[in-house]
Amino acid sequence: MKGIITVLGKDKVGIIAKVCTYLAGHNLNILDISQTIIQDYFNMMMIVDISAPSKSFEEIVEDLQQVGEEIGVEIKLQHEDIFNIMHRI
Amino acid sequence: MSIVEVQETNKMIREMNLDVRTITMGISLMDCAHADMRVFNQNVYDKITRSAEKLVKTGEDLERQFGVPIVNKRISVTPISIAAGAVHTDTYVPVAEVLDKAAKEVGVNFIGGFSALVQKGCTTGDRILIESIPEALAVTERVCSSVNVGSSRSGINMDAVKLMGDIILQTAERTKERDSIGCAKLVVFCNAVEDNPFMAGAFHGVGERECVINVGVSGPGVIKRALEEVKGHDFETLCETIKRTAFKVTRVGQLVAQEASKRLGVPFGIIDLSLAPTPLIGDSIAEIFQVMGLEEAGAPGTTAALAILNDNVKKGGVMASSYVGGLSGAFIPVSEDHGMIQAVQRGALTLEKLEAMTCVCSVGLDMIAIPGSTSKETIAGIIADEAAIGMVNNKTTAVRVIPVIGKEVGEMVEFGGLLGYAPVMAVNKFDCSGFVNRGGRIPAPIHSFKN
Repeated sequence: MKGIITVLGKDKVGIIAKVCTYLAGHNLNILDISQTIIQDYFNMMMIVDISAPSKSFEEIVEDLQQVGEEIGVEIKLQHEDIFNIMHRI
Repeated sequence: MSIVEVQETNKMIREMNLDVRTITMGISLMDCAHADMRVFNQNVYDKITRSAEKLVKTGEDLERQFGVPIVNKRISVTPISIAAGAVHTDTYVPVAEVLDKAAKEVGVNFIGGFSALVQKGCTTGDRILIESIPEALAVTERVCSSVNVGSSRSGINMDAVKLMGDIILQTAERTKERDSIGCAKLVVFCNAVEDNPFMAGAFHGVGERECVINVGVSGPGVIKRALEEVKGHDFETLCETIKRTAFKVTRVGQLVAQEASKRLGVPFGIIDLSLAPTPLIGDSIAEIFQVMGLEEAGAPGTTAALAILNDNVKKGGVMASSYVGGLSGAFIPVSEDHGMIQAVQRGALTLEKLEAMTCVCSVGLDMIAIPGSTSKETIAGIIADEAAIGMVNNKTTAVRVIPVIGKEVGEMVEFGGLLGYAPVMAVNKFDCSGFVNRGGRIPAPIHSFKN
């Protein structure tokens, strides 16, 4: 099972560090990262392995939202199925 | 997976109001039958609260898991006139109260099925049910009611049409202190479908299984935004764009439906891929017409635009899910669509134009406020016209008009929430009582000469 994390917000020092620290602390392995900065706006997508997290998926969604609020960016975790089903026949 | 696709999906959700409009659990009440009202009600309450215990929680979990809003969680039940047919009583109001109580207990916002199917004639139960409607809708909060008065196979039951004109007025009167809101929870159908997840017309058909999950998806905002990208292009491009977008929207519904069905252990029924507007700006069918090139909904060309929209939504949707059902297509309620409200206020949209549009939309005259002084015969006439369109054209049509007691043309009515607000619209003043008072049944039309 994979989850997609998207991070969107004004660029600053330490965004990736914060997100990665949280993921490491909850046994979520990062499989892929792609990231761009468009006119000061930080835009990141991460694919993470969610097969053995230490908390429920719903709790992690809420935690990540919280982390986002602390550093002033929007962090969203969604199950990969929503993207697969929408764009792949 | 590409970042572009991920961003596209999230943009649709965040900026274009893509949502799953409703997860509706259909529950059969056939096995609740009993002659004693108290026992019947207990059976109904137990069955609904047991079956739908986890419905709201599951919906909320799915919302978080996929990051897509699921706006409503609802229940539809076997038409009460059938389920309660064995009860010795002269009113079904206590049943409506039990449905309301069960809905509140499990946390759904509406429960549909206080219904009767009388296209060919009324049973005793049907008549008791119809006569119970005004009080049932006045004393309950979440119960929705519908009556099917006609079909392409059996014609139109004009006795029922006439009765419904009266029932709608009585319902308006009973809820006049709240802008006659009872009528917003009452639909009169021709060719009603049995697997529709949308209120107020949802009920669990007799051909359905024990318990089923139907999902209604919606995304007028997404379609509108997609069409903005192809402004000025030809009709082929227009149609192709609607189709592709409807496909993506429906796939989201399919995913939620399958997952909900798995988690609740209840079979998946259908996806209803309707474009149902909300009073939010950017979530309107009328705005789609404007992007298509019309100044306002109601301008010449509106019926053609709606036909294009309805057909291509279906074409895109059927590719996305094998079980598409319900009322799939574009809804054109007035009060729930801020662009339609504006069109009425500017004088672009009349009741007659709306009627013409119902020939090519998914349902019919929907959420239209009319003067409270409208006669029951005139309302029956409006129902008869709409039912005739459905009967002759083999499609579902419906009437959900709200005669707002104490208000006249041009005044505003506020229903609140998803039901929105609306200006009271003018109704043709000429009398039709000699016609609707004839009684009896309009025979079914001949369908061998298709032209």
